[in-house]
Amino acid sequence: MARMIIDAANHLAGYAAKAARVKVVAAYPITPQTTVVEKIAEFVESGEMDTEYIRVESEHSAMVACIGAAAAGVRTFTATSAHGLALMHEALHWASGSRLPIVMAVVNRAMGAPWSIWPDFSDSLSQRDTGWIQFYCADNQEVFDTIIQAYKLCEDERVFLPAMVCLEGFILSHTYMPVKIPDQEEIDDFLPPYKSGWILDINRPLSHANLVSPEWYMEFRYMIQEAMENAKRLILEIDKEYGERFGSEYGGLLEKYKCDDADLILLTMGTMGSEAKIAVDGLRKGGLKVGSARVRVYRPFPIEEIEKLAVQAQMFTAIDRHISFGMEGFLATEIKASLVNQKDPPLVAGFIAGLGGRDVTAGTIEKIAKKSLKWMRVGKVEKETEWVDLRE
Amino acid sequence: MVTIKELPKEEYLLSGHAACAGCGPAIALRLLFKALGNNVVLAVPACCTTVIQGPYPYTSFTVPLQNILFEATAAAASGIVAALRQRNLKGITVVGWAGDGGTVDIGIQALSGAAERETDFIYICYDNEAYGNTGMQRSGATPFGAWTTTTPSGKKERKKDMPLIMAAHRIPYVATACPSYPIDFVNKLRKAREIKGTKYIHILAPCPTGWRYDTSKTVELGRLAVQTGLWALFEIEYGKFKLNPPSDRLVDEAKRKPVKEYLALQGRFRNLTEEDIKRIERWVDEDWEQYRKLASNSASDFASYGKI
Repeated sequence: MARMIIDAANHLAGYAAKAARVKVVAAYPITPQTTVVEKIAEFVESGEMDTEYIRVESEHSAMVACIGAAAAGVRTFTATSAHGLALMHEALHWASGSRLPIVMAVVNRAMGAPWSIWPDFSDSLSQRDTGWIQFYCADNQEVFDTIIQAYKLCEDERVFLPAMVCLEGFILSHTYMPVKIPDQEEIDDFLPPYKSGWILDINRPLSHANLVSPEWYMEFRYMIQEAMENAKRLILEIDKEYGERFGSEYGGLLEKYKCDDADLILLTMGTMGSEAKIAVDGLRKGGLKVGSARVRVYRPFPIEEIEKLAVQAQMFTAIDRHISFGMEGFLATEIKASLVNQKDPPLVAGFIAGLGGRDVTAGTIEKIAKKSLKWMRVGKVEKETEWVDLRE
Repeated sequence: MVTIKELPKEEYLLSGHAACAGCGPAIALRLLFKALGNNVVLAVPACCTTVIQGPYPYTSFTVPLQNILFEATAAAASGIVAALRQRNLKGITVVGWAGDGGTVDIGIQALSGAAERETDFIYICYDNEAYGNTGMQRSGATPFGAWTTTTPSGKKERKKDMPLIMAAHRIPYVATACPSYPIDFVNKLRKAREIKGTKYIHILAPCPTGWRYDTSKTVELGRLAVQTGLWALFEIEYGKFKLNPPSDRLVDEAKRKPVKEYLALQGRFRNLTEEDIKRIERWVDEDWEQYRKLASNSASDFASYGKI
């Protein structure tokens, strides 16, 4: 029988690593990730997890130790935040380039300077091009479920890529919610033992990741792109299978809410997706046809789903907990890019909100929606990127 | 103790590898495999060995090799060791094999961490005293006075003493070696393999390309480095310091060859003044005074190392 527990998302990431029977964890502490690795340390020392926990001296070494362990044939897990993730940067490329199915929880935190410990997506979105699959979670149940799903996805031979499961610091990481934990046997049945595309094997000695000339390099990159495309299809399949078995389903790459007849669709990521649903309900009470689409998987990006939504909607509003300085939020950019070849595409507006942990409530989102609707009615986005609740 | 006749005839480093003619590290690699056989997994960062192994889809190595990031050899080895233990695979030696830049400079943090965690592996620094793969820029292991492409008038600082830094981690085994003394190196590797915990071996590996000497003189230069006392062969086993032949006979200053014999053969030391050479001689004497103290003191400064 599955059991209900009430716990914080960080602890649930630890529960998920345990449920996935991870064999090696290599991690370094950073706020707000710390309670993930503390939970795992507890599980390992109590014997509940049969796992080697390598208490490395930096995040860079954490990722590289995971690479070494995954290459030597076991399932690995790590977790980090913000500057820790940035320190891993080159190792992230190495993990995906090596096609190793490492899963990492990223407890989102804003990047300094100045120091901030509060959430936004500037840490994980800065790693957009590293070849990692990126999931963004809206609640604690999704954190647990997505980590389990991520292993199944990453270890599929059509994928063999690493994945980040992102959750916003404090909003989720330290917030207690009821969560359903399936039976271990059921999880074992869903998630087969570790599989990778290659292994460091003394009986079949190979030099892995050695120098590749221009004659071959592009083909290796193309294979990663193919794997990302395969992942799109598999994410849907795995989400569906997980839903059938355990009862929670997330719409694959894009979680849609009341989009069918919507004139305006609010596009968000992470917990803003939960707030957006409440905002949509409020707006609909006032007779406004608004829907919400939460981008659950940012890489691979759900271009096809966005295109489908665009057929019917008149306007898209992207709300970004992120800014690419000198441009706009990444979500806005990617949505525009997804629509560029569409006939009669909807208007697209971009709003920057919630940087460095500033609260984004359903009320904030209603305000954004109303402004968007005004622009929609006149057929013109008056401001390409609007910063929400900015002090003058 | 192995003799030269007992070394395996098998060649585990295949011919056709891409090292420069006269490469000291390539000799050391050949000996590494002869000493340990092929029950070995290697972690190799960006270094000359990236080139030596050959480009994809070829390799000159007959053991599994994980190429890894420049500063991360010891971290990769930590992961490999943990995974092999989880898989209950016994009898495989995990070796980190890195150059001097990847060890004493950019890789020192990961190495220090792995040693502190008592990771069960052998870390070997093959030291050609500069960033060789990138065209001979100075490293923390470049000796005083040496020309490099980033110290065109000679390096102004001394070489970092990495073996003693590693000894300060209280690991069970630290040794120095040189491919000019193959039996000494092989014996140290075999001893290291039998010890549990972190083992560190630092090899002085002459580099004709960077040191500017004739490719036929690699073995001779390694010998001269030892005979002049500029490079001492020693081991620190569970804290006990011991000089190995022929260095054990060189505590007496009179037995050491003049450092000039070593320096004069190399283009990189061409700009040394008489005064520079006197300073180098003085430092050699100081080093040997330290070795003498360490060797003569049975309850040495390192006595409790490697034990809890």
